[in-house]
Amino acid sequence: MKTFLRLVGLVRPFFWWMLLAAIAGFAATGSGIGLLMTSAYIIAKAALQPPMSAIQLGIVGVRFFGIARGALRYAERLISHDATFRILARLRLWFYDALEPLAPARLHAFRSGDLLQRIVDDIQSLENIYARVLGPPITALMTSILIWLLIGVWSAEAALVTFLFHLAAGIGLPIFTARLGRGLGTRISRLRTRQQIQTIDFTQGLGELKVYGQLDRYLADMQADETEILKLQKKNAWIEGMQESLTGICMNSAVIGVLFILLPDIPSGQFSGITLSVIMLAVMASFEAFAPLPAAAGHLETDIRAGERLFEIIDEKPEVVCPTKPLNFPDNHDIRLQNLSFSYPGSREKTLDSVTIDLQKGRHTAIVGPSGAGKSTITSLLMRFWNTDPGTLTIGDTDISLFDPEELRRNMSLVSQRTYLFGETVRENLLLAKPDASDTELAEALQAAGIGHFTSRLEDWAGQHGMQLSGGERQRIAIARMILQNGPIVILDEATASLDMPTDRAITKTIDALTEEKTLLTITHRLHGMERFDAIYVLDKGKVVEKGTHAELMLRKGLYKAMWDLQHENVPTV
Amino acid sequence: MNVDRRLIALAKPHKVPFIASLVSGTLAALTLVGQAALLSRVIDGAFLGKQTLADLSPLIWLFALASLLRMLFSWFAHYQSKKGAILVKQELFGRLTEGTGSLGPQFVRSLQSGSLSATLTKGIEALDAYFSQYLPQLWFALAVPLIILAAVVAADPLSALILLLSAPLIPIFMVLIGKSAGNMTDRQWKTMSRMSGYFLDRLQGLTTLKLFARSGEQRQGIEDAGESFRNATMRVLKIAFLSSLTLELTGTLGTAIIAVGVGIRLLSDHIAFMPTLFVLLLTPDFYLPLRQLGTKFHAGKEGVSASKDIFALLDAAADVPSAASNELPEHMLHEHAILFDNVSYTYPGAAVPAIAGITCSFPPGKTTAITGPSGSGKSTLVGLLLRFMEPEKGSITIDGEAITRIPANALLRHIAWVPQHPFLFNASIRENLQLAKDTATDVELHNALSHAGLDTLLQSMPEGLDTIIGEQGTRLSGGEAQRLALARAILKNAPVLVLDEPTSNTDPLLEQSLRTTMQNLMAGKTVIIIAHRQETIRSADSIIVLRDGSIAQWGAHNELMAAGGYYSTVRQDAPEASV
Repeated sequence: MKTFLRLVGLVRPFFWWMLLAAIAGFAATGSGIGLLMTSAYIIAKAALQPPMSAIQLGIVGVRFFGIARGALRYAERLISHDATFRILARLRLWFYDALEPLAPARLHAFRSGDLLQRIVDDIQSLENIYARVLGPPITALMTSILIWLLIGVWSAEAALVTFLFHLAAGIGLPIFTARLGRGLGTRISRLRTRQQIQTIDFTQGLGELKVYGQLDRYLADMQADETEILKLQKKNAWIEGMQESLTGICMNSAVIGVLFILLPDIPSGQFSGITLSVIMLAVMASFEAFAPLPAAAGHLETDIRAGERLFEIIDEKPEVVCPTKPLNFPDNHDIRLQNLSFSYPGSREKTLDSVTIDLQKGRHTAIVGPSGAGKSTITSLLMRFWNTDPGTLTIGDTDISLFDPEELRRNMSLVSQRTYLFGETVRENLLLAKPDASDTELAEALQAAGIGHFTSRLEDWAGQHGMQLSGGERQRIAIARMILQNGPIVILDEATASLDMPTDRAITKTIDALTEEKTLLTITHRLHGMERFDAIYVLDKGKVVEKGTHAELMLRKGLYKAMWDLQHENVPTV
Repeated sequence: MNVDRRLIALAKPHKVPFIASLVSGTLAALTLVGQAALLSRVIDGAFLGKQTLADLSPLIWLFALASLLRMLFSWFAHYQSKKGAILVKQELFGRLTEGTGSLGPQFVRSLQSGSLSATLTKGIEALDAYFSQYLPQLWFALAVPLIILAAVVAADPLSALILLLSAPLIPIFMVLIGKSAGNMTDRQWKTMSRMSGYFLDRLQGLTTLKLFARSGEQRQGIEDAGESFRNATMRVLKIAFLSSLTLELTGTLGTAIIAVGVGIRLLSDHIAFMPTLFVLLLTPDFYLPLRQLGTKFHAGKEGVSASKDIFALLDAAADVPSAASNELPEHMLHEHAILFDNVSYTYPGAAVPAIAGITCSFPPGKTTAITGPSGSGKSTLVGLLLRFMEPEKGSITIDGEAITRIPANALLRHIAWVPQHPFLFNASIRENLQLAKDTATDVELHNALSHAGLDTLLQSMPEGLDTIIGEQGTRLSGGEAQRLALARAILKNAPVLVLDEPTSNTDPLLEQSLRTTMQNLMAGKTVIIIAHRQETIRSADSIIVLRDGSIAQWGAHNELMAAGGYYSTVRQDAPEASV
């Protein structure tokens, strides 16, 4: 219920649109009722062979209702679709707004785009919350009131009987079938989630499945799950069919009930046969508004599940919030990590364990170490994706949490191991770093990143996730972005790891020249040209185990020397 | 009309439920006529015949029975058509997953990420409406009006004539409007998925946007995109809904004309009350199935749009030649070399071949290193051997037998593979390992893990072998994943070993201990290793140097060094590599 109210709250800004759509829907249904009532009136009246003028009014009526019904239905469709798209646009914005502060710390679980896709689908399906869940009951309610008034004029009992069957069709039946099918939608959607993961495993792990001869077994598993889903769908179809039929039974029961009430009074002339005909058709036509109600109950269940999944993500607390009175970013770009420790949530292991590192302006520092040593965590902390605790992290002697995170990031240029490119042009992907960059600036940045030939390809589409470009090209686009952004602090996190040696060396040289006056931190596992660094920190299992210049570290014969030897083949043969 | 032959062909093997649905639906229409006859008789009896309730109640009960029957028939019809659609979906899911399996991982990689899993799940589901609603409706739109028409002819031929004249208007409008609406639905489907793709792209790139402190500005972009999508779609819908407007109007005005027509004839006593009421009761149901065809046409159209991807996948899978059922005894791989003869391969959609005219051999029991810059075709060469795709030209043979003539399973049984980026399934460590040997005992698993240097990792896992790893569970680092793949290879213990050497794992102590494991694993086997490290390259029995898809050099380390060329220059490039 809480979820439902929150969902309703989300679409509240469209109240008037939805009301308008509901009124149009009601008016269309009402016109349908009017059409059949006036038609019945014409023939019943005519059967008594009055003068032509007696049925004139009826003739005007059928024409009016005939045209009105079509026009109103058309209007209702347009309004409700318009409302649907407005709702969708709003839901997306709402979700983006809510998600934005949570990224990336709370999005840890969504590394794969396919899982995120499911969230996008959830939002997409919620767009129909008006058309499928909120609209039909309103229309049905208004129709029921109309019929109550229309029939009540002639016979209160007949009106009551009709109303009772309206209740049965509008409330009893949805509750009954919802109970029958309870959990069905949830089970299907749970299986679908599993299937989604299974399909990702299948498509991405296909190589492994083939080589290990497990493909057939996996296919059988997948098909068994699909069969399970389809079995539930079959059960659902059974209930759906029943809903339709039971609505029909309600209608026919109302017809029979009204017949039993009115028939005794007709031969005596207490009740006119004309009225009987008119009422019969009104009763039958009114049930049109009730047909979509049982399905609405089913959609409600699905929508609530979708809502729950979304709220579950959104309701997380952001890891990092902007301080109320952020300090200005200092001109002193010395960075100091002091006794800094960090563990990822849910992990007992310390990713960083009391690390102390000094990064000074105008000096180039490297952090090296085996994979899993915690190198990239330092990047995440510097970019304020996570809070630091315990220990301190300062820039220009001011704690990093006192700055506006946005301001901080504008001053830091990061090139990480994996580069995300948007499905837009190369130019737009570059402009992200500097929206007002001129063509000359773009060309210079590309040139420095070693992809000068991209200057003529600025309008090329980068492809979904930049997949039109090779890994090396994507990486160099990221370097070009870094150059464009031109922040006073530069962090290269395995930035050149995917490039071949000669390219790596050329680009490193360019970057070194560009960052001479800046604070540069290079995180790498590739130990080459290490002499260029003013200081090197060696990180292992979250701790700084060695520090010094290349020459000093080589003399020490510790982890650094071992890594160096391994990479340069000075390994004693086993 | 979108009666796509191929889609119908999919339903052919599952005729029974569809036919049952059509028969039952038709019976429901017949009882509907009965209901109308009874109801008009009852009202007429009370109104003009001055009959009492007692006289009429048998008829009312008969009406109740007819309505009960009708509801049962339509319930059954609904259920059966849904059942038919489910059978079609089930078969299609099987065919598509199996087809994807036979197309292999290279094919999957060539598709847009996520589009394949979307086809497998959402694509198939989109066909539901086509089979469960649109196809049966094609019949009902014909049969039900005909039944009603026949009943009306008996009651009042003139009204029947009006119905007959107005009915063709509906299909004519439908064809006229449906054609343009069809194109619109197509376009609509495309903009819709582009819109949601745009949104997804923003969400996935949120971290990047934050890095550049641009996440706030994107809000405007999303808002604008949504607004322009709404405007464009509403423009389309204004026209698309005209079709339903015409259908609706034909129905309502048809009813109005008939009511007025019979009313006037009643005045002049040309017709009795009962048949006119009967006709009036049936008229809305005459137009209803035709109108429903309109809405179901749109629902079905979505399926047709989705089916394009499905058929493309089925067609691609049909092109994969099925291998003869030759077996490949293990000793063959111990005794014979694997020969590549003039092998070429071009990725679908690529302009230049990934490898061209590769001729080389991998002798049994020897280690061959493949090296070369990235993009030179190393992975393609290995992919061809692993039967992830088939050579476009040339052949790969073992003792004169082309491997394409051996079922992939029979060949791959003898090959162990450690890729650069091994895939870990969303399952326990145990299941991830048992992939390689499903009978492996815990002792074997522990042994393999310890040889692969993963025992400390295993100890840190809360649930040991049963810890769930992969995307949704505990994530392993790239190095750990690769060692897990190594453990898989140890468990499989196959005569041929294909390795992609890690480039970024540089824990020196671990490296040392793995070296022994690797040497034990490689001993006596045919090893093909994509090598990055000088040490590995140098210790191989022979080295194949690839450049731009062809073999630049091939020979032992000393020969290549003596020959000069690319190999020796790259070697010198590696700094301070003095031995």
